[in-house]
Amino acid sequence: MDPLVRLTGVAKRFPNGTLAVDHVDLAIEAGSFVTLLGPSGCGKSTVLRMIAELVRPSAGRIERPGLPEAGTTGGHPELGFVFQEPTLMPWANVADNVALPLKVAGYAKADVKKRIDEAIAMVGLEGFAHVYPRELSGGMKMRVSIARALVTRPKLLLMDEPFAALDEITRFKLNNDLLELWQRLGWTVVFVTHSVFESVYLSNRILVMSARPGRIVADVPIDAPYPRDDRFRVSDAYGDLCRVVSRHLHEAIAA
Amino acid sequence: MSDEPLPRRRGDPLWLKFGAPLLIGILALAGWETMVRVNEIPWYILPGPIAIAKTLVRDWHMLWPSLLGTLRVTVLALIVAVVGGFSLAVLFASARWIELSFFPYAVILQVTPIVAIAPLIIIYIDNLTIALLVCAWIVAFFPILSNTTIGLNSADHNLLDLMRLYGAKRWQVLRYIRIPGALPFFLGGLRISGGLALIGAIVAEFVAGGAGAGSGLAFRILEASYRLEIPRMYAALFLISATGILIFLFFTALTNLLLRRWHESAIQREG
Repeated sequence: MDPLVRLTGVAKRFPNGTLAVDHVDLAIEAGSFVTLLGPSGCGKSTVLRMIAELVRPSAGRIERPGLPEAGTTGGHPELGFVFQEPTLMPWANVADNVALPLKVAGYAKADVKKRIDEAIAMVGLEGFAHVYPRELSGGMKMRVSIARALVTRPKLLLMDEPFAALDEITRFKLNNDLLELWQRLGWTVVFVTHSVFESVYLSNRILVMSARPGRIVADVPIDAPYPRDDRFRVSDAYGDLCRVVSRHLHEAIAA
Repeated sequence: MSDEPLPRRRGDPLWLKFGAPLLIGILALAGWETMVRVNEIPWYILPGPIAIAKTLVRDWHMLWPSLLGTLRVTVLALIVAVVGGFSLAVLFASARWIELSFFPYAVILQVTPIVAIAPLIIIYIDNLTIALLVCAWIVAFFPILSNTTIGLNSADHNLLDLMRLYGAKRWQVLRYIRIPGALPFFLGGLRISGGLALIGAIVAEFVAGGAGAGSGLAFRILEASYRLEIPRMYAALFLISATGILIFLFFTALTNLLLRRWHESAIQREG
């Protein structure tokens, strides 16, 4: 079966001369939960943005055999993107924020009310549809951001360190909820983080990246079965996997 | 940060917000009246507040139409400034080269004192109302233009990326992201422009009034000054100030109404 997205020999040099990523080859299989793990500045976000066509690669090819062609306006509604910041419109309430991608696609809000309510319910924010972002906590804002990403029912969800700014308890909770949604909806997720623990907990495959220029230096399968929960977090298997991945990350930093 | 909503915040007590400035005002007026009476200063040199109030009532039949005249020019100039400043800002934000080409001229128009341009405008434009309007517009439009331009350009880059990802058209980015985000900037400019439109109208009236035309409040001040009717000068001055205050209060209320749900500037804080 064709992968959803395939990168072949991809490199990115920014206009200021920095070579952010070099020689990246990777294929993302449908249904997988892949994490790009690496130190700050290793270009993992750049890879994610290239997959979303927000950044154009300077060399190499990016194919999407498993995704529909871009729309007439170059949009990719089958992609969802979640940034490190919630990136909400502060002037719009939760429902309007979640509705944004559908509005852009030309739907009237009344026609998609059910989909919006569904998305809000999926992230556990029932009853908050008419609340404004500033009245929400950091974790709730991130939930709105996720709801907005999934309201278009994307095949591929790209997440750029979405929980990095949250406290640990909130992060654990969102990790669990994200895994639950992933299993329920059969997405493919590409997740970016610099946390070994988060990457092992979430993914079934971890790509470890080295810095300057960013390259993929290790491809680690995480075979632990889903559903994973807080018991997995304290299990020996989890500890062992974290040790293995940590070692790869240290090698990547030393390299 | 916990996974719960934050409590709403509340503001200063009302008695402090309105009572304190009111008290200062009453004390100052009482002091003024007392000083005038104790020193027996004649009304034709410095009238007390009571004498001014009496003049205001007595001359209301001539001051009221003048007030309406000034107000009409101010409001019309402001409307044109809003429409012009806003559209120009949208144009500036849509293409960098337009902004670069025209912005310096907007600045030149702004930094040249209106008193210096007004006589020329009044010579070239026959219709006095339009001439006054142009003067008031010149001073009023710049804050709206420059503020709105900054607002339109300060959209969250991630939100813009998101719009690109979803294949948003230019007008959609403008409509859904840039314009709502520019609203606080626009309203800030509007609050300044409201006061400036009044100043522009008054300045233009002074210049035109010198040429023997016009019936606005500034003209009444000039006329009264030729006749040394000091109390009427004060009465007209009072009306001009009151108009300025009302314009400011109106736009402050409008700003609060439009931004109270989301913008930090309009959100009341506790303690």
